[in-house]
Amino acid sequence: MIWQLDIILLIFIVICAIAAINIKDLIGAVIILGAYSFFMCLLWTEMGAVDVAFTEAAVGAGISTVLFIGAVNKTARRSKD
Amino acid sequence: MTEYILAKYNFWIYVVLMMIGLYAMMGKRNLVKKLIGMNIFQTSIILLFVSAGVKKGGATVPILRHSDYGPEHVEHLIRVADYLNPLPHVLMLTAIVVSIATTGVALATLILIYKRYNTLEEDEIMAIRKDIRSYKTPRILRSKD
Repeated sequence: MIWQLDIILLIFIVICAIAAINIKDLIGAVIILGAYSFFMCLLWTEMGAVDVAFTEAAVGAGISTVLFIGAVNKTARRSKD
Repeated sequence: MTEYILAKYNFWIYVVLMMIGLYAMMGKRNLVKKLIGMNIFQTSIILLFVSAGVKKGGATVPILRHSDYGPEHVEHLIRVADYLNPLPHVLMLTAIVVSIATTGVALATLILIYKRYNTLEEDEIMAIRKDIRSYKTPRILRSKD
């Protein structure tokens, strides 16, 4: 566990989380949520939880983003807040 | 005291992420934004559990090395302090799978809500539902006819 890398990844994670809930374009918000999941996966690799990390990379950053984009394409893309 | 607080930085970030997710679930009015907040909340809890399994002092990934000493001596040579705690990792694998299942069901429900009300904003849906309850024609039906 390298604490400098840990701190940098955690800062990126918080930035991505705040950006994902503040962007009005829903496709953009979903893509940033995928980036958030991938940073989380990098953090867990760095903390030694390799199995959790690749499950998160496949499921959280991959399938979840695809499902979100499909649902947003079938519904409204703009949000009011 | 400051050192004690700073040493647990993972847990502070966990609390911050959890509050971001909670705010998105309660404060945002768009339903997709609420779902994004729920995802952030779930990942923050997984971060808490994985952080609880970390050990200091050169502990590595929990995979036993058989080849060093031969298989018959393995059980005598394991030092627990050398390996990370694998129990939170295994629990959190289940949590990730549950989170993708809830996300899928929630997205299907969102598509149904959009077909019924033609919007995903919570306040507009509430206004349409109030219209229905006072026996007026809902706005979506009026616009279609």
